[in-house]
Amino acid sequence: MKSWNQEHPLQLELRSQLEAASGDAIFAPTRRSLVKLGGLAGLGLAIGFSLAPKRAQAAPESSGEGFEPNGYIHVRPDGRIRIYAPNPEIGQGVKTSLPIIIVKELGARWEDIDVEQAPIDASQFGRQSAGGSRSIPSTMDSLRRAGATARVMLEFAAAELWQVPRSELQTSASRVSHAASSRSASFSDLSELASRQPIPNVDHEVGDIRRDFELGEAPIVGVDNEAIVTGQPLFGIDQRLPNMRYATYSKCPATGGVVKSYNREEILALPGVADAFALDPWKGATELLSGVAVIADSTWHALQAKQALKIEWDLSNAASDDAVASLQEALSLADQVGEKAIETRGDARAAFETSENKLSASYAYPFLSHAPLEPQNCTAWYHSEEAGMEIWAPSQTPGMGKSLVAEMLGLAQDKVRIQQTRAGGGFGRRLANDYTLEAAAIARRSDTPIKLQWTREDDMAHDHYRAAGVHHFRAGIDAQGRLESFLNHHVSFTADGEKPVRAGHYSEGEFPANSVENLEITQTLLPWDTPNGFWRAPKSNGVAFAIQSVLHEISVAAGRDHMEFLMELLEQHPAPTSDRGFDPGRAKGVLRALFECDAALASSGARIVPQAAERRGQGIAFYFSHSGYVAAHADVSVSEDKAVRVHRVLVGVDVGPIVHESGARNQCEGSVIDALSTMMGLEVTCREGCIEQENFHQYPLGRISIAPRAIDVQFVKSGARSTGLGEPAFPPVAPAVCNAIFDATGQRLRQLPLAKYGYRYA
Amino acid sequence: MEIHVNGERHPLPEHIEAQTPLLWVLRDEMGLVGTKYGCGIGQCGACTVHLNGEPIRSCLTPVGALGQGQVTTIEGLASNGVLTAVQQAWIDTDVPQCGYCQAGQVMAASALLSKTPNPSDEEINSALAGNLCRCGTYMRIKAAIKTASASSLTPQAQAEASS
Repeated sequence: MKSWNQEHPLQLELRSQLEAASGDAIFAPTRRSLVKLGGLAGLGLAIGFSLAPKRAQAAPESSGEGFEPNGYIHVRPDGRIRIYAPNPEIGQGVKTSLPIIIVKELGARWEDIDVEQAPIDASQFGRQSAGGSRSIPSTMDSLRRAGATARVMLEFAAAELWQVPRSELQTSASRVSHAASSRSASFSDLSELASRQPIPNVDHEVGDIRRDFELGEAPIVGVDNEAIVTGQPLFGIDQRLPNMRYATYSKCPATGGVVKSYNREEILALPGVADAFALDPWKGATELLSGVAVIADSTWHALQAKQALKIEWDLSNAASDDAVASLQEALSLADQVGEKAIETRGDARAAFETSENKLSASYAYPFLSHAPLEPQNCTAWYHSEEAGMEIWAPSQTPGMGKSLVAEMLGLAQDKVRIQQTRAGGGFGRRLANDYTLEAAAIARRSDTPIKLQWTREDDMAHDHYRAAGVHHFRAGIDAQGRLESFLNHHVSFTADGEKPVRAGHYSEGEFPANSVENLEITQTLLPWDTPNGFWRAPKSNGVAFAIQSVLHEISVAAGRDHMEFLMELLEQHPAPTSDRGFDPGRAKGVLRALFECDAALASSGARIVPQAAERRGQGIAFYFSHSGYVAAHADVSVSEDKAVRVHRVLVGVDVGPIVHESGARNQCEGSVIDALSTMMGLEVTCREGCIEQENFHQYPLGRISIAPRAIDVQFVKSGARSTGLGEPAFPPVAPAVCNAIFDATGQRLRQLPLAKYGYRYA
Repeated sequence: MEIHVNGERHPLPEHIEAQTPLLWVLRDEMGLVGTKYGCGIGQCGACTVHLNGEPIRSCLTPVGALGQGQVTTIEGLASNGVLTAVQQAWIDTDVPQCGYCQAGQVMAASALLSKTPNPSDEEINSALAGNLCRCGTYMRIKAAIKTASASSLTPQAQAEASS
């Protein structure tokens, strides 16, 4: 294994969490641990999970500064209510949705709320990261209890003031009211008295929420919308500091190459250049790789100097992968059994050989780049060993970034302060903190604050790519058209010769495993060095395409209706053993929703059109990931020269009660567009370890014309708990569209991107 | 050298060379960070600003080429705190996800509507073809443009547009 593919313990921990989360949600903290933690409530204004800020403990009660019952909420004297959004906003909407959860329990009016991004402080806010669609399920209990605690204290304050029982009080719109005496007081009027109330036990205040979080007012829109459309500074790249300089960092095009020499004197003579130096690598490719830093007085001068760099690389330990050759090798293994058994049942091979009706098919999907629109950047300011370092980072895991910087620079953990910023897209790329560590290492050697700016080319060349994958399927169909044997030889990649690369795993129980009597799931891992990472709906984003396409292929071979065939497999699937496992009932629910939403369809002016028009087709698919169930229906037309027009995509979604409806629909619409874009044109290739795509002209993200006439979203009310929606709507879209194209044309599409077959969007 | 941005004249310090892209002068020199860097080669449109009302890519436009041209950035759209119909439609339609591309989208849409107050789907697709949204908010971008268009049209024009 390449030394730079050694995973840092923090990265390994993240990997295990994300791989678990790809199927199950992580509900934390558990109810039991909350009860136990409740014993901490004696500490000043601290409540259960959350210690109050030091300021509130030092100067409690009549400080004149309002009511600050916990780290999340501050009722200010002027009536405004500051709510901290704990987790990084990367476009998934948590800066709006998480505060809604608090405000709902608080009983405040949304118009009175000012949302700010919380400081990174695990002691107050627990896990502050964005990944695995876990923000909603993992913070739900804490946020509801934070809101309920503040509301109960305000109600006790009013009860004391008016000398009435708390049970006669009502709270809404940032006021506590007593109907019988027609009295009412605002939160700010009650704040001084509320601050003196004991911390209540809110176990009975927050029941199990099984309904949507409507606040009963005008539809809520994103809290940063106005700042975004007026160009206010919000993003990491927008950070500016006094005397700040601008830095670039140039790494070897083949991952792991080490700087031998470079033209330092020439670079120092260029306009505006303040310094140039090489950095030694530290830990792995998700931390700090060897490279040359240039510091200049403007971004432009730093970029010009970067272009003028001539670096000689030592390639002895560098990646030398060839993506096309590796995919071909993976595709050539169709007749082999995988090296490692993932799951077997019955005798799949014997059953397959004796089947009435046999199907063999190989599916493949490529390496992908995340390509968030804001290129990686980070601003860092090193003060001194005593005063430490300040960092502003558009990271999905700022807490990990802070820990790694402290470790790398040998600073005490509390000497590194990191501020989260809005991030211009994440998609999993910003789960790693390589840009943060680069900025910190550069700033450590600079006497001014620096902003490190990656170019788009840096971002494409130094990503942690979605692993390609190949699935060799065999399916045996009995005389009644039922699936009696199912074999899947999954070919993925390995960096250490033992375990799959990140998100290159295959899950035991992956549908339809538990619905088939004779099963053989095996895996072969081919050697691969170029770093891989977690890409929106990790693992699921590729596996769903293969599985949900081949199930359609099997249903066609069996002469069955696709929907009816899927329902039969779901009928045969055992009920889940825990509330986290795959629940066939919820899967059936989202599939049914595709055909039971006349109202939704009518409102968009689109209807499922019977297959009448020539080369028009419909397809369906469903998938379970990140605790969410999503089914998709696609309606497409295909021209003779393979121009695809997607008329409409309908998704049926079960992620439990919806916290923020507009945001939830936006995630579904965006997932559909992302999937359409990715399936048609996106692929990353490399030769001798060097990525061949440099910028968007070679990585054709979908543009506005690919948008279907309608994307309809039907939320299913199953009574489950709320889970995240940043990822689950992505996986079923590509197979639904490919199945629709088959319906229209008779051509089965087994490889992505579809551009390989000559397809394009009209 | 001086440039005209959002109705004001800005002399540039001597160390700014004429070939410096407008994008970096706006962001680094003037602190107008609403205009975004996405690709540097005119592929993504995140850096879209107006030059004399026409949308241009500020990452490819040298400051030395601006002459007396009037540059408008996302910060200069609203006047006296009053948002334009496009900005308001973007907020109300809840268009943004990450929001990084949206300044460029709003600038492209504003330029379109100033010339074509009631654009067809094809005209919208054509005018915004150069602006990538990685989050895929295209459905709402279209809806917001139509809302802004409707709110700006005279009642008579609205009647004609709907007939």
